Amino acid sequence: MTSFAYTFADSATMLRRNIKHQLRYPSLTLMLAGLPIVFLLLFVYVFGGQLGTGLAGHGTGGRGAYLTYVVPGILIVTVASAALGTAISVASDMTGGIIDRFRTMAISRAAVLTGHVIGSLLQTLAVLVLVVGVSLAIGFRPDASALNWLAAVGVLALFAFALIWLSAALGLAAKSVETASNTPMFLTLLPFLSSGFVPTATMPAGLRQFAEYEPFTPVTQTLRGLLTGGSIGTHAIVAILWSVGIALASYLWAVRLYNRRRAASPN
Amino acid sequence: MTINPAAPAICARAVRKSFGEHIVLDGVDLTVAEGTIFSLLGPNGAGKTTMVRILSTLIAADAGDIRVGGHDVAADPGAVRALIGVTGQFSAVDNLLTGEENLRLMADLHHLGREAGRRRIAELLERFDLTGAARKLLPAYSGGMRRRLDLAMTLVGNPAVIFLDEPTTGLDPRSRRTMWQIIRELASDGVTIFLTTQYLEEADELADRVAVLDHGRIVAEGTPAELKRRIPGGHIQLQFAEPDALQAAAGMIPNASPDDDQLVLQIPGDGSVASLRRVLDELDDAHIDVEHLSVHSPDLDDVFFAVTGHAATEATAPQEQEALQR
Repeated sequence: MTSFAYTFADSATMLRRNIKHQLRYPSLTLMLAGLPIVFLLLFVYVFGGQLGTGLAGHGTGGRGAYLTYVVPGILIVTVASAALGTAISVASDMTGGIIDRFRTMAISRAAVLTGHVIGSLLQTLAVLVLVVGVSLAIGFRPDASALNWLAAVGVLALFAFALIWLSAALGLAAKSVETASNTPMFLTLLPFLSSGFVPTATMPAGLRQFAEYEPFTPVTQTLRGLLTGGSIGTHAIVAILWSVGIALASYLWAVRLYNRRRAASPN
Repeated sequence: MTINPAAPAICARAVRKSFGEHIVLDGVDLTVAEGTIFSLLGPNGAGKTTMVRILSTLIAADAGDIRVGGHDVAADPGAVRALIGVTGQFSAVDNLLTGEENLRLMADLHHLGREAGRRRIAELLERFDLTGAARKLLPAYSGGMRRRLDLAMTLVGNPAVIFLDEPTTGLDPRSRRTMWQIIRELASDGVTIFLTTQYLEEADELADRVAVLDHGRIVAEGTPAELKRRIPGGHIQLQFAEPDALQAAAGMIPNASPDDDQLVLQIPGDGSVASLRRVLDELDDAHIDVEHLSVHSPDLDDVFFAVTGHAATEATAPQEQEALQR
């Protein structure tokens, strides 16, 4: 085999290991799915009636209109929340003894991280299916074609890939599993400071500018356009640029942390 | 990815490593011949683990020339990694998998293929007495079982050089004996073994050559027999009821040193049953009554007194040292 083939084989082995972990201990996956589902029900049934009335240009208003509006926001909460799991699983791997074994073996250095990232991506997609299922069950009726759905999955997967690499880097930077489970928390807050839950036009000046320029807004607007109609404009290209940029910077940061890690500690 | 037959399995020259102000290795030289067991002996904090981490490519030395299987660890770590297996002080197993899945993971990472991998796994489970526990998750394993699995994982890729960092620390005596037996079998298969320990007895049982590490320097090196000759610590101690008996015994036995106040006689020796019997037979023939007998075997402390003139740092009972490491 060539060295590329070895890298691929080793990454696949590590991926199998991570999927085995997820299937054997499904509680983390369920916890990651729980948060967005609770938000969905909370926002639709508690706040939805009132919030829907205030929506301009989104149908006849009310709870149904708010459900249509909020699902893209819930989907990006799902992606952000699922990315938290990566930091936890990477950090618990790094604080265990097995990572030293991997480092003394002639295996591709990237394989450990690649296994985590691809494993988390599949986990995120599974959680997304669950969240979309609940949305449909409570009355979400998108008017998207199959092609639109495909594009939406692509946008979500690319954005998830970026956040997962970021979370992996945060997991590597953390000194303990506890820290690793806290540092990426800000990711779950950012969807609320975007167009995910209310139109940015309703926000006060400073916050509105922040919401319009942060990455979660173009991703949400692209999803909204694809799933429930509405203009996408430049949002799609901005969403893709943000995703690629975050993924690339986080990847470089993660690999640097991985190669440097423990080199400085005596034992 | 082969061993150069002309070169020793491990060769390290003037290895230095410090962490900040703290100098851990201060010019260490080591040579380990292929197919032998080499033991690095020293107390906690002597730098043993750091040496293993440098030799096994986990961390880089600040200075020094280090070759494993003829390959430079700094310039060509990949070639070194292809040759070695490492079992560290802390278990390097995946706690979320079963024993068999852990071995499967190693087989896959060594690209053994399905059939060859399956055979190797079955063989190792059998050899390490883990067949019954193969499908159990790791939390159900005892300390000894974990250590055996850890070593089995190291062996999946048939390494030519194995590093064992304190392989028996924390094990009960029975598991320790099992581990020694496994290590001996590996060596008889031609594998080179680099082992660290804080037990003189372990180095004596296993090693062809022993080096004593103290404060980052090698303070003594040789075969266990050579090393023990330098250690005056081993003796038999006899307690007498009467001063007359003490004097009579002291007159009979050469090299014995009497303590008149304590009525104790110290006789240098290795404490073997044969030497004990000889002394007791002699005293019996002369009708000298011995009230009490004790045997003192040389330990790590004696080695350190002999070669450095000071006690082993943190020289506590082995049980306490283990407790500190948990």
